[in-house]
Amino acid sequence: MEFNFSEEQRLLKDSANSFLEEFSSSERIREAMQSELGFNQEVWKKIAKEMGWLGILIPEKYGGLELSWIELVALQEEMGRNLFCSPFHSTTCLGSVSILEAGTEEQKSKYLPKVVNGDLLITLACLEDNGDWGPDGINTIYKKVGKDFLINGVKRYVPYGHCSDVILVAARQEGTEGKEGISLFLTETKDSNLKKEKLITMDQTRPQAEITLNNLKLSNKSLLGSEGQGWDLLTKVRTLGALGLTAEQVGGSQKCLDMTCQYVLEREQFDRKIGSFQAVKHRLADMMVLVESARSAVYYAGCIATKNNSELEEVVSIAKSYCSEAYFKCASDSIQLHGGIGFTWEFDVHLYFKRAKSSEIYLGNPQIHKDKIARLLGI
Amino acid sequence: MRIEFSKEEEKFREEIAGWLKDNLKGEFLSVIGRGGSGDQVEMLNERIKWEQHMGKAGWTCIGWPTEFGGKSASINEQVIFYEEYTRAGGPGRIGHIGETLAGPTIIAFGTKDQQQRFLPNIRLGKEYWCQGYSEPSAGSDLSAVKTKAESLGGKWVVNGQKIWTSLAKESNWIFALCRTKKGSVGREGLSYLLIPMDQSGISVRPIKQMTGQSEFNEVFFDNAESDLNNVVGEVGNGWKVAMGTLGFERGASTLGQQMAFEQEFMKILNIAKENGSTKIASIRQQLSEAWIGLKIMRFNALRMLSNSKEGLLSREAMLSKLYWATWHRNLGKLAMDVLGMESEIGDKLSNELSSLQKLFLFTRSDTIYAGTNQIQRNIISERALGMPKEPRGKKE
Repeated sequence: MEFNFSEEQRLLKDSANSFLEEFSSSERIREAMQSELGFNQEVWKKIAKEMGWLGILIPEKYGGLELSWIELVALQEEMGRNLFCSPFHSTTCLGSVSILEAGTEEQKSKYLPKVVNGDLLITLACLEDNGDWGPDGINTIYKKVGKDFLINGVKRYVPYGHCSDVILVAARQEGTEGKEGISLFLTETKDSNLKKEKLITMDQTRPQAEITLNNLKLSNKSLLGSEGQGWDLLTKVRTLGALGLTAEQVGGSQKCLDMTCQYVLEREQFDRKIGSFQAVKHRLADMMVLVESARSAVYYAGCIATKNNSELEEVVSIAKSYCSEAYFKCASDSIQLHGGIGFTWEFDVHLYFKRAKSSEIYLGNPQIHKDKIARLLGI
Repeated sequence: MRIEFSKEEEKFREEIAGWLKDNLKGEFLSVIGRGGSGDQVEMLNERIKWEQHMGKAGWTCIGWPTEFGGKSASINEQVIFYEEYTRAGGPGRIGHIGETLAGPTIIAFGTKDQQQRFLPNIRLGKEYWCQGYSEPSAGSDLSAVKTKAESLGGKWVVNGQKIWTSLAKESNWIFALCRTKKGSVGREGLSYLLIPMDQSGISVRPIKQMTGQSEFNEVFFDNAESDLNNVVGEVGNGWKVAMGTLGFERGASTLGQQMAFEQEFMKILNIAKENGSTKIASIRQQLSEAWIGLKIMRFNALRMLSNSKEGLLSREAMLSKLYWATWHRNLGKLAMDVLGMESEIGDKLSNELSSLQKLFLFTRSDTIYAGTNQIQRNIISERALGMPKEPRGKKE
């Protein structure tokens, strides 16, 4: 048992942090946030070509680094810490992961090398305006027309949907219900029967879009995995995606704690540092318990992901429910302990607070994951 | 990053599991599962016999170096030992204070004579130990101890009072933090003194606690005596030795403790399934949260053990007491919520509180003893996060 990063993994993590401190500074976050695209393309090219991050999980034969979930967790944590605005999570933890899980050789060679080079953005469109993460939430319909599929429906809450090149769409065959009849399609967004509309989001660090599919025609080359078996694949992909997200939540929580510690050691009132008040110290201690516990859960889940065993769903649900609450609590307390300045636009705390909220509900809110745990406990 | 144990470690697991299976039976059937939270002073004679049986077979004090009769077991092996011990239903270890506190202190700071005199009897379950730290006016502020030890006529003569002493009636020895320098205050002038319990200068009075039981005691020293050679470390160096003691255990037993928590949780879960309280959304959610909390406690412990260096506590270790104490206290309350109206009704057979009622009441002490939650938060914020230290008050 060696439950911490190896020397090499630590190096990767540290170099990611140095890179992001420069390229995801407060100024750059704000630029990205306010841009139409939502991220900086030059930096995106750098993380692809100089850092190789987009190939973390991708086998060498497609140009990737062929590393494991441990390295991906390490990267995601640093991106969360530095509030890095980019489609990295959607392209890697949802997009590449889906293709690696279920893609044909043709699909893999078509898409993965482009992902590695930073030339292809992928995202997942599973939700619709009902916001339901369960199978009943999927009402986008496909019809078989000869060998092709004809898709109609509106997908919503699609991260970076406005700028992705490939959108993985979950749809159900006409006349089916529940988990039956669900399929996943790799849709290329050049098609004029696919309309993308960027939504206005409270958290501007992760844009979302609405995707309208109007008689979109796809060949069976677009089908990911077996037809009608999409629910299990979708569950697997979202589980892994949630794992990536939890690592980001840990990084964000840690940053909230760090910013707050720094502030309360600078700010003085009543002729003493406010960090000397027990009311402040005890909150910080509770934050640290949350951050470290969240971290343990994520690292453990990362280890399980490398083994791909049956424990994965449980540990990811544990991590996602815990990290979501931990991040939100740390970000809330960070605002409170910063006092008035924490409420200003100028200070970064509110960016973390908004990200904490949007990450909390993304890929299953704590309630959904606790419900899953309850079912696993047989209740 | 790797969370599996090695092949050799798994072999060790088989060995201890096999031994427990072959030995925790027959005359020892009655102690299985006994001696846990709220049950610490029950079945004492049987548990002493069990302790001696384990000692003879070399399964006590396995973390001690081989030169002192241990197995020099690694942290991982100790973790495995505690896991298997708990899984098998091994009873609460009545010798644990000697094994995890007194023994390691004597190994680290004691003289050769002290090591030869005391260690074998701890290992073989022949002598039992209790800890004399807290006093009525020295609780969270341990350095306020007043119990005095004076060197008179070739002996230490001890006067004062200790409190919250577990297993005092059952113990042969107490290790006590005593003030050996007249007029000293705070951490100066203290010594770590070993005192035999069986003498007329010592009286023990049980404290009846809110569970109705008496696991803790007051210990009164009225010209109690101890040999001059019984100070561990140097005279006046007691604070350092006492703090060393607190760092020894390094949490290897915590995974065993967690397995006991899991057994308690499962008991509550099964009751909830039977009595239908899982249909209440808030109960279902609390059960789910308790399980999540327990799993994360395990992940924390695995990380803490991987990161702990010899004799040093990792950052994660500072969090562990606050985390488990709070979790366990909440579990006690959840047990009552699950039981509903039945939570008020005791056990008819034994005419006592039910085990879950004991759990509910006893866990109120979890967040107090061995450093209250408030003290833990001070420690975390000061030592791990670098916040300013609490100022001491000024004596009028």
